[in-house]
Amino acid sequence: MININIKRENEFVEYGVDLEDVTLLEVLIEIKTKQDVSLAFSSGCRSSVCGSCSMRVNEREVLACSYKVQDGDTIEPLKNVEVIRDLVTDMDASYTFNARAKAWLQEGLGISLTQDDAKINEVQSDCILCGSCYSACPVYSVNKDFLGPFALTRVWKYVSDKREGEPKTKIDNVQLNGVWDCTLCNECTIVCPQNISSKTDIEKLRFKSAQYGYMDPNFGGFGSFDGSPSF
Amino acid sequence: MNYKSDVLVIGAGGAGLTAALHAKESGARVIVITKEYPTRSQTCMAQGGINAALGNVEEDSVESHIANTLKSAHGEADEAAVRFMCSEAINAVEWLDSIGVCFSRAKDAKIAQRALGGASAARACYAQDYTGLKILHTIYDRCLQENIEMKNEKYLLELLKDEEGRVKGAKVLDIRSGEVEVYEANAVIMASGGYSRIYDKNSTNSTASTGDGIAVALRAGAKLIDMEFIQFHPTGLKGSSILISESARGEGGHIVNSKGVRFTNELAPRDELSRAINAEIAKGEQVFLDIRHLGEELINEGLPQERKLAKLYENVDPVHEIIPIRPVAHYTMGGIEVDHKSQTSLSGLYACGECANHRVHGANRLGGNSLLEIVVFGKEAGLNAAKFALSQNTESSYIEQPDVMNDIKAGKNEIDFYSFRQHIGDMFYKDVGIVRTREQLESALKEILEIKEKLPLMGVKDTSKVYNTNLVEFIEFRNVLAVCEQVVSSALKREVSCGAHYIV
Repeated sequence: MININIKRENEFVEYGVDLEDVTLLEVLIEIKTKQDVSLAFSSGCRSSVCGSCSMRVNEREVLACSYKVQDGDTIEPLKNVEVIRDLVTDMDASYTFNARAKAWLQEGLGISLTQDDAKINEVQSDCILCGSCYSACPVYSVNKDFLGPFALTRVWKYVSDKREGEPKTKIDNVQLNGVWDCTLCNECTIVCPQNISSKTDIEKLRFKSAQYGYMDPNFGGFGSFDGSPSF
Repeated sequence: MNYKSDVLVIGAGGAGLTAALHAKESGARVIVITKEYPTRSQTCMAQGGINAALGNVEEDSVESHIANTLKSAHGEADEAAVRFMCSEAINAVEWLDSIGVCFSRAKDAKIAQRALGGASAARACYAQDYTGLKILHTIYDRCLQENIEMKNEKYLLELLKDEEGRVKGAKVLDIRSGEVEVYEANAVIMASGGYSRIYDKNSTNSTASTGDGIAVALRAGAKLIDMEFIQFHPTGLKGSSILISESARGEGGHIVNSKGVRFTNELAPRDELSRAINAEIAKGEQVFLDIRHLGEELINEGLPQERKLAKLYENVDPVHEIIPIRPVAHYTMGGIEVDHKSQTSLSGLYACGECANHRVHGANRLGGNSLLEIVVFGKEAGLNAAKFALSQNTESSYIEQPDVMNDIKAGKNEIDFYSFRQHIGDMFYKDVGIVRTREQLESALKEILEIKEKLPLMGVKDTSKVYNTNLVEFIEFRNVLAVCEQVVSSALKREVSCGAHYIV
């Protein structure tokens, strides 16, 4: 018997299921179909590639389909996002950041990538947009205009792509509420189910920004900038 | 709420988004609706690759691609459609490369290719084992660039038609608010995915693959064909039905029984291999996939998801242990009949992707041809639907008709549908599965009709208007039931074995 507490409206509700060695998603489906049809959660592929079932367990972001439940676990929806019902959140806002960040191939050069070229952003293109990183991000929690982790990772994916002919346009676009607003706290890296480090990608974007003559605005006005990264 | 566009696309997987891009490029105003979010659709689960006879790693030709596809289709494919798809494959992969898909590369900087079952050459272009994910996300990024209007968590209820029977839009449930909305359009593209989840847990698919668009199109009068052709993937994880990609065999993986003995050709087409494994299991054997000899480096490089999923769901590490597997429902070849312009039997309704039947897979689809199909025919559906929509002079004038919500409100709600959902899945796996007898099919049809009779006694227990997944799942269940009836009726009409439809 496994007992878990699920946050519903403003209170936690305890459920018990007679299952062992199962994923959280399997437990949620068991509860939904056998005990309480009103429980709301999202799911899809069950194999960690669709990004639907991101939520928090014991205050840490996980995919329900890849987390093995422990007795006494506390289940909550993602943070920093509007809860629609129970464990379902409205992802529209964080999705719009990809558009605002212009996370796409702006001007394809039509060149062939080498094996090494393709490796550069292989991990970044594993992103499943589950939103765990936005939930964990302390900057996004206070600045809803911050482009945020997965959008900036996606920008880096295209900036670092040798086929991109307009990398500077992309860099220009992530200066405000973008690369310099991150505190490099690394929370996004810790929670990413795909082992992507948005923090590292943001550092790379900063370095690239410096190459294009941008300065860290946090150091603005203090002498001249010599082109070396300020971190 | 009422929305208007020239073209309405229902479904935001690879097919729907590709269609939307090309419809918009043709000058049409486009709206895309999805019951989930665009990047969460079934396309993201495709792992093995996308076929194109590029000949990058060994000699290959479009003719060979056509020949292999036709052979696997067992005479049930349309040769002209297959020829078109295989010829367009090279453009399709070039297009994907041009918009930024991160394909794996060979040493000479060409796109890498690997062999999948039934292919005479290494033909599948891939991105590790995340081919579908990376293609889908890149097409999605492209949609953002083109400012395609995508509306999330909108669930299709019915198609709308005018007095002359032309499709004029759709009635949709906004899952978040619980309100019914109308989307008017001069052309509708159905890109709503397949129906493998009629097998419930005995399927590799996302829980969303419930054949909604097919059931709704059927209610509107569209013709379906070849619904009995359902592909069982030989290597689903035994307990969870999670897919272990065909690339595991393409790379040299073995299928063995409990004694560690290989008993079949691992690179045979999926229908043959599934039957061989099924027969071995029927003998009381357990069957395993053995990729240990491929080595840790190759497994981490080419099959990282497989390793992760086998550990998670079966508690085995494929680098050191054999993986318990069984064949499970994976892809549905049948669907809404379309012509060479991706138009259905209803004027104004187009279809592409797994819900459509372009007759390119016939009785058995080749691995690597489904990602190809969504890109090639997604484009065709988009172009043709836009052309049609823009040629219509009349303003939309749909006729108001009762929808599924009326039936649901009248439901007595005395019987739990979830237990039936599972029961149908297990019953279909057994009776309308890898091997079928006439008696099994007849008994399955009888049972489906009996369950259908009980529908008025079932219903939605959750009374919330907001995000009522009990309601959505009940409508999905009704769609599953409608599709099941079509599958088994269609199977009964085909008395001779053919590809994935195997009668004994």
